[in-house]
Amino acid sequence: MEAFLNSSIGILAITVAQTLAVLVPLLIAVAYMTYAERKIMAAMQMRIGPNVVGPFGLLQPFADAAKMLMKETIIPSGANRALFIFAPMLTFILAMIAWAVIPVNEGWAIADINVGILYLFAISSLGVYGIIIAGWASNSKYAFLGALRSAAQMVSYEVSMGFVIVTVLLCVGSLNLTQIVLAQKTVWFFIPLFPMFIIFFISTLAETNRPPFDLAEGESELVAGFMVEYSSMTYALFFLGEYANMFLMSAMTTTLFLGGWLPPVDMAPFNWVPGPLWFILKVCLCMFTFVWVRATFPRYRYDQLMRLGWKVFLPISLVWLVLTAFVLKLAGWLPA
Amino acid sequence: MIATLAFYVFAFILIASAVMVVTSRNPVHSVLYLILAFMNAAALFLIAGAEFLAMILAIVYVGAVAVLFLFVVMMLDIDFAELRAGFQRYLPFGAIIGGILFLELLFVFGSWQFAEDAGSLRLNAMPAATDGVTNTEAIGRILYTDYIFLFQGSGLILLVAMIGAIVLTLREKAPNSRRQNIAVQVARAEAVPLENIPARTGLGTLGIKRRPLPEAEKPKAVAHDDHGHHGGGHH
Repeated sequence: MEAFLNSSIGILAITVAQTLAVLVPLLIAVAYMTYAERKIMAAMQMRIGPNVVGPFGLLQPFADAAKMLMKETIIPSGANRALFIFAPMLTFILAMIAWAVIPVNEGWAIADINVGILYLFAISSLGVYGIIIAGWASNSKYAFLGALRSAAQMVSYEVSMGFVIVTVLLCVGSLNLTQIVLAQKTVWFFIPLFPMFIIFFISTLAETNRPPFDLAEGESELVAGFMVEYSSMTYALFFLGEYANMFLMSAMTTTLFLGGWLPPVDMAPFNWVPGPLWFILKVCLCMFTFVWVRATFPRYRYDQLMRLGWKVFLPISLVWLVLTAFVLKLAGWLPA
Repeated sequence: MIATLAFYVFAFILIASAVMVVTSRNPVHSVLYLILAFMNAAALFLIAGAEFLAMILAIVYVGAVAVLFLFVVMMLDIDFAELRAGFQRYLPFGAIIGGILFLELLFVFGSWQFAEDAGSLRLNAMPAATDGVTNTEAIGRILYTDYIFLFQGSGLILLVAMIGAIVLTLREKAPNSRRQNIAVQVARAEAVPLENIPARTGLGTLGIKRRPLPEAEKPKAVAHDDHGHHGGGHH
């Protein structure tokens, strides 16, 4: 057994098994997130929500999936076929591969790489391509406008997100995600870096094109933005990719600010709960906030969105970064 | 073995996509091939053990620069015939620039081969992994000590370019244009009182008790229909 596990086929088999162990729960979570979102929003808006398919409507995600699968894939005649099909695949793939580096418990990451946080940042900044290629390949005004909006939006909010990440890195002294979580043993970073936490969360909303920043698909003006021309599975891949991205951003928030798998206090009743469960609970908390925000706020106007990114978040995060560096240096808290 | 194989695969795709950047008929395809080339270059960095450079290449070039590039190329209305027509005329010029770049690369590579202390530098290109120094840290140590002035200088050059772009696009405001002051606009005026109006609970079906309504307000019995609002959330 030992010999098999150390052979190249064994390593390959382990990697495949680990990948499945992450992706299968993730996809189930994505399916039930669509259900949870509709139920939570329904409760907030005094409606009932899906309640017909299965007990409490619990089978609704599968009914939706079956519906999507059975519909016809329509490719507009003027579209660039290859890119039109490629765009949703890219969105979905990027949302999946980022999970390779997320540590769910100490040592529980598929790839515990040195530059984990940079990898996550790189993958999330590639997400814009799925949208922009979809908008261009559809050969439609609305789709193209939606794609341009979202490209500008995602590039803008990445800048302040980068500064927030650098601030956290200053306090950790490593780019490794496991080290980032372990550095929060004394205090979770959302307490000392509270303004950064808020900026990061709002930036993740913008990065995932969620309300109130869903201008890329603003149905009142752009029909459905970059997704107008998509149907059946190509549409479903966008949909799944968007929700998987929300989970990814929640996992990033959890890792950077909410102490990953660590319990709130390292004492009796709390450290009985296993680490992965804490991680899942924190991710669920973030996801709930995503839905809560969607049910609460109206959509931003486009120029105000840009103003918020460039004129509010960027200066604040820059000043806070310098301030953090000063405090760490003066107090001698800089990690070795 | 696997690393060698991966190197050849990435190197081949890199060169092939670089060729496609030049020969592709559609400029948008050209940019997409350029992005593919960047990603393969990042993969080559990874194989060389320079993971920090690989990620920065992906973040800066693919994540930001190429997005804006794609953005611009998609908006342009390019006439391909016109582009092709100029090809012959500009060929010598392009060949000269290409030749100079190639020569420069040769010089760099040559001096790297024959310079006196190049051999020892090449051996210690990166601190050994046993030191516990990651290559991110190694780059930082060199960049912020020996090369700090060059580093700051390149930052200043970028700043100048940025100021230039702003100056080019800055327009004088029309004399009677009014600025928006969002903080003032969204602030609550004293005249508008903030009242807490109790909401009617409509959640009887979820097991939550309905608060009794005052007689006068009691709604007429309305046929309950679900408005058929199923299907995909907000899209």
